[in-house]
Amino acid sequence: MKDTFFFQAMVYLASAVIMVPIAKKLGLGSVLGYLLAGIIIGPSCLEFIGHEGTDIMHFAEFGVVIMLFVIGLELEPSRLWRLRKSILGMGGVQVGATSVVIAGLAMLFGIDWKQSLALGMIAAMSSTAIVLQSLNEKGLMKTAAGQGSFAVLLFQDIAVIPMLALFPLLASDTLTPVTEGGHSSTTLVDSLPPWLQPIAVLGSVAIVIVTGRYLTPPLFRVIARTGMREMFTATALLLVVGIAVLMSTVGLSPALGTFLAGVVLANSEYRHELESDIDPFKGLLLGLFFIAVGASIDFQLVIADPWLILGLVLGIMVCKLLVLSLIGKSFALSNEQNSIFSFGLCQVGEFAFVLLSFSVQEGILSKEITDTMTAVVAISMAFTPLVMMLNEKLILPLLGMKQAVEERESDLVEQDNPVIIAGYGHFGSTIGRFLQSNNIGTTVLDSNSDNVDWLRRMGYNVFYGDASRHDLLEIAGAAKAKVIVIAISDEEKRLELIEIVKKHFPELHILVRATNRYDAYDLMNAGMLHIYRETLDTSLRVGVDALTLLGHRAHEANRSAKMFFRHDERMLKKLSAIRNDDEYVHAVQETQAELNRIIQADRSAASLRADEGWDEESLIEENRALTK
Amino acid sequence: MARVLIQFAHPALSKSNVHRVLMDYCRNLKNVTFNDLYESYPDMFIDVDREQRLLLQHDIIVFQYPLYWYSSPAIVKQWLDLVLEHNWAYGARGKALVGKKLLCVISCGGGSDAYTDMGRNHYPVHQFLHPFEQTARTCNMEYLPPFVMYGTYRTTKDDIVQFGEDYQTILSTLTHDKLNMLNYQDATYFNELLPALHTAGAR
Repeated sequence: MKDTFFFQAMVYLASAVIMVPIAKKLGLGSVLGYLLAGIIIGPSCLEFIGHEGTDIMHFAEFGVVIMLFVIGLELEPSRLWRLRKSILGMGGVQVGATSVVIAGLAMLFGIDWKQSLALGMIAAMSSTAIVLQSLNEKGLMKTAAGQGSFAVLLFQDIAVIPMLALFPLLASDTLTPVTEGGHSSTTLVDSLPPWLQPIAVLGSVAIVIVTGRYLTPPLFRVIARTGMREMFTATALLLVVGIAVLMSTVGLSPALGTFLAGVVLANSEYRHELESDIDPFKGLLLGLFFIAVGASIDFQLVIADPWLILGLVLGIMVCKLLVLSLIGKSFALSNEQNSIFSFGLCQVGEFAFVLLSFSVQEGILSKEITDTMTAVVAISMAFTPLVMMLNEKLILPLLGMKQAVEERESDLVEQDNPVIIAGYGHFGSTIGRFLQSNNIGTTVLDSNSDNVDWLRRMGYNVFYGDASRHDLLEIAGAAKAKVIVIAISDEEKRLELIEIVKKHFPELHILVRATNRYDAYDLMNAGMLHIYRETLDTSLRVGVDALTLLGHRAHEANRSAKMFFRHDERMLKKLSAIRNDDEYVHAVQETQAELNRIIQADRSAASLRADEGWDEESLIEENRALTK
Repeated sequence: MARVLIQFAHPALSKSNVHRVLMDYCRNLKNVTFNDLYESYPDMFIDVDREQRLLLQHDIIVFQYPLYWYSSPAIVKQWLDLVLEHNWAYGARGKALVGKKLLCVISCGGGSDAYTDMGRNHYPVHQFLHPFEQTARTCNMEYLPPFVMYGTYRTTKDDIVQFGEDYQTILSTLTHDKLNMLNYQDATYFNELLPALHTAGAR
């Protein structure tokens, strides 16, 4: 019973559902919640899952792959190019310096230099999954610390590839390679003749770029036109999984491959849609990954020699912390940004697991060392959220972080558009063009794929996506925008979208298009203040032109229309409250009669409130009386 | 306490040197209502009922605007045409504004020397304001000597701060009913009364 798939799934899900909210409530962040859940259900505690935790980890590493894809989506190539200095500089120095420092220390403890170097490189890795997830959760990704962390992590992900190539050279004579589990030596590329291998690697990178650039947009267009959301999700997943498979086949990091694909797709109109479709998978798989890390901590080993393990964990973390803070200092990070940066990255990351298992296979490190190191890495990952919290609660207040937080928030406001327009048909696009001509940035969402295509061909910045999904609105910047214009034509959808905006983004001002007055009543009852009946203004313009064609003075016709408009808007509010049909009919007749009375009244009569000041009858009378 | 209604009109506030700052000095004062006409009626479609209600609720009406072509911005004229109705503001039965005070607060691009018999504009500013003076008289209101800010095309920051503080002094004098302590009937411009007000304030 314990081994059935559903039981296992239930255990994983239940542990996450229980622990994550508790951790969140305690202010610990979701990552620590998942890790605790893993520890609890793992072999050391409740024993719900045995040592297959490590197998799960391989599967869950896919979460990291998806995460890099999503990160890639947010990074346009131009931004990546701008980051090149920090990626090469900060990342390169970090990997190099940490490797050397840790290797040097290991040699001081009498370990062979080859093994020390391997350990140094393993310790140089930080956890992309934990750090980016935590920074995202705290909203720190756009800060200098967030960008620096990202640059370092990206460099590490790239550095794994040459490391894997370098490791076989470090194989020591005393250890014999364990060959049984070496999947890495069975890649397709290895069976190719040597001269073809680099071509295969470069070729697959080219495939990723060409696919992302030229093949996926038309494919998504076709899929989007079917109107089936699950097909879109499936296609997006297929893209990610396909690239992961391709990359593993040629021996490259799947995470790097999907990251590249993400970057290529960052300029695509399907970016928001892809992101929101993939996001739930990313979250769950990352969660699973963290649970697996928690479960893989071997507490027996820890209990056997707690001071050695704890000492190693703290020693490595302090070393990394020092190296990182020196890097932060030399790259001119402010003190508080530097402390976020260096405390965040001071753990050892998931790629260390990969490198550790690889070094057992290649006979570089002994089983004993790798087992200890696996526990050390897992514990240092588990410590990360705690260390980040420590930094936040104790160190940042000393550095006066309060101000920095406020400044950062206003930065974010500037980066995002103040207006979101949902629906970019004839109605929405007029509004959008008007706002753009006034230099007001707009984020446009439209769910009609053909329309999006057409608008993009004309050079408009339009995203494909159904705005009535809060995750998509989130990505479109609804949390930071000021105004959302709901210009979609589907009446039901409008009400649905209003509900979602009111629930998730209560600060956002909603301006909504209404088809007619009955629709306006519904919107009014939904709490809307800014309702625009789409034909009212135009109808009145027609009315004014008709009047002038019939010989009325243009100015008078115009003012009469204004008066009609004002009266009608006021009456709309009154009438929307009436639910009873008979009462409604009566009220409509009454207000219409009132309006007729006003408009048809003689221009000089006292009842025409708007323009009574001009040529008043009473004034004429009075003057006549005086001159008699 | 008297209540002051500022009828403010500036069609291009973004180009304004003086009024933008002046707004900060008068906007949130106690017993002062700031009514921004161009903001309330961007289409010049004035809500006569609302304006009349506002007039009834206040004791002193201030017109604050930049001088355009020897007169007020267009919306002020529109406002006068429509809001001051016969038999409401004037005429045999028009008693709504009787006894209220009217003050013009004017800014001019040119300096005070331009507004003299020999200057470029040939007439002093108070003569260009005769329509307002006569409007007040027709409505049985009391016309106060206008407060004029000259040379706004080349004012310094300090000048503008001075204008703002003067304006605040004037408004505070009005809301606190302290006007009667001055011989204001003899003054041509409110500016002449400021030294006396400042010394009174210093006391």
